[in-house]
Amino acid sequence: MDRNSNTYTFIYAAAMVILVAAILASAAMALRPRQDKNVEIEKMQNILASVNIESTFETAGNIYADKIRNQYVINSKGEIVEGEDAFEIDLKREKAKPVEKRLLPVYECQTESGLKYIFPMRGAGLWGPVWGFISLNDDMNTIYGANFDHQGETPGLGAEISTNWFQEEFKGKQIFDQSGTLISITVTKPGQEAQKEHSVDGISGGTITSKGLEQMLLEDFKSYEEFLMKKKS
Amino acid sequence: MSDPLFSKKNLKLLSDPLNDSNPITVQVLGICSALAVTAQLKPSLVMAVSVMAVMGFANVIISLLRNTIPNRIRIIVQLVIIASLVILVDQVLKAYVYDVSKQLSVFVGLIITNCIIMGRLEAFALGNRPWPSFLDGIGNAAGYGVILIIVGFARELFGSGSVFGFQIIPDSWYIANGGFYENNGMMILPPMALITVGIIIWVQRSRNRKLIED
Repeated sequence: MDRNSNTYTFIYAAAMVILVAAILASAAMALRPRQDKNVEIEKMQNILASVNIESTFETAGNIYADKIRNQYVINSKGEIVEGEDAFEIDLKREKAKPVEKRLLPVYECQTESGLKYIFPMRGAGLWGPVWGFISLNDDMNTIYGANFDHQGETPGLGAEISTNWFQEEFKGKQIFDQSGTLISITVTKPGQEAQKEHSVDGISGGTITSKGLEQMLLEDFKSYEEFLMKKKS
Repeated sequence: MSDPLFSKKNLKLLSDPLNDSNPITVQVLGICSALAVTAQLKPSLVMAVSVMAVMGFANVIISLLRNTIPNRIRIIVQLVIIASLVILVDQVLKAYVYDVSKQLSVFVGLIITNCIIMGRLEAFALGNRPWPSFLDGIGNAAGYGVILIIVGFARELFGSGSVFGFQIIPDSWYIANGGFYENNGMMILPPMALITVGIIIWVQRSRNRKLIED
């Protein structure tokens, strides 16, 4: 057949597209269960990391079952919503709703230094979403640990939010000021130490990611504010 | 057509791109991804290996199909094959080596747009047999990877004081700890990658007279 005829070209293109689609679709379907499992384990690892518990890919499931004693869903008024599984809540969907309608997951973890509350968060970085888990001491003010992750921030710049040195900075910081107002944590340029207990050093070359993270912390702590107040008093 | 597998001609396909026809420093292709991923050494290395895998396979597939591809849609056929390979690689990584796939994240997309891959398909694989095409793909990916690794090494060392994430410059050297040294923040920004590539080109041309135009 003439390789330059229209018929040949059309048939070739159609056959190629169908073949490629079939290969890709079956690969995606065959690998999906493994991929979902990986994402789930990673989430457990991240939750554990926010209370400063190291886990490997293999051990995460067991440690999680052992340490995370209680998980539940609340609304913005701080009341427990029955019949929801905290682990299954999709933060991306929840953040799209107005704050009064959001389902907010809370995890409780028993550690040697007392009960810790873990709050998941999600916001926008430079190239895509950033998210994380923050744990508070039972005074509902002092940060016990933090873990952040991102979809596609630039390595060496914005992606530094998921490194240890950055996350370590959050430990011991306070989210309420002395008059009891929720001010969250600001990410500032190194050297500006106006409010040391409420700020961490930002990332050189990662300003937009840092600001996005700051925004996320403020917004999401706000949605938990009623719950924090209730537990505090 | 009974060339031995590693005849002189075939070996030249592997070695040429490392120097005389390096895709980055001589042909100046694939610059955008070279700037984007080289802030640290590890992503540079992962990127180099992934490009090598995609390029080797794509060259072989196109070479096998070369007598059937309709001339008018050959670019589309090439793109479809590159894109499918990249997606397949990405899916497999996500399922079996999840942490590496997290490392790659956005760069997977950059592989598809890497002009070196399409350039080699168009210039070589369409007119040559599978084995030489495979060598040509591996050679060019290696030429690309070498530059990426050099740039990534320089940028991470001078920009963050580390190599592969391990601190190399002693902590006590830093001004913050009473020393005399400060990381060069400019190194981790993309412009310095371009300047580093420029320096590599300069060094290469001063050693290899063949590359100097009149």
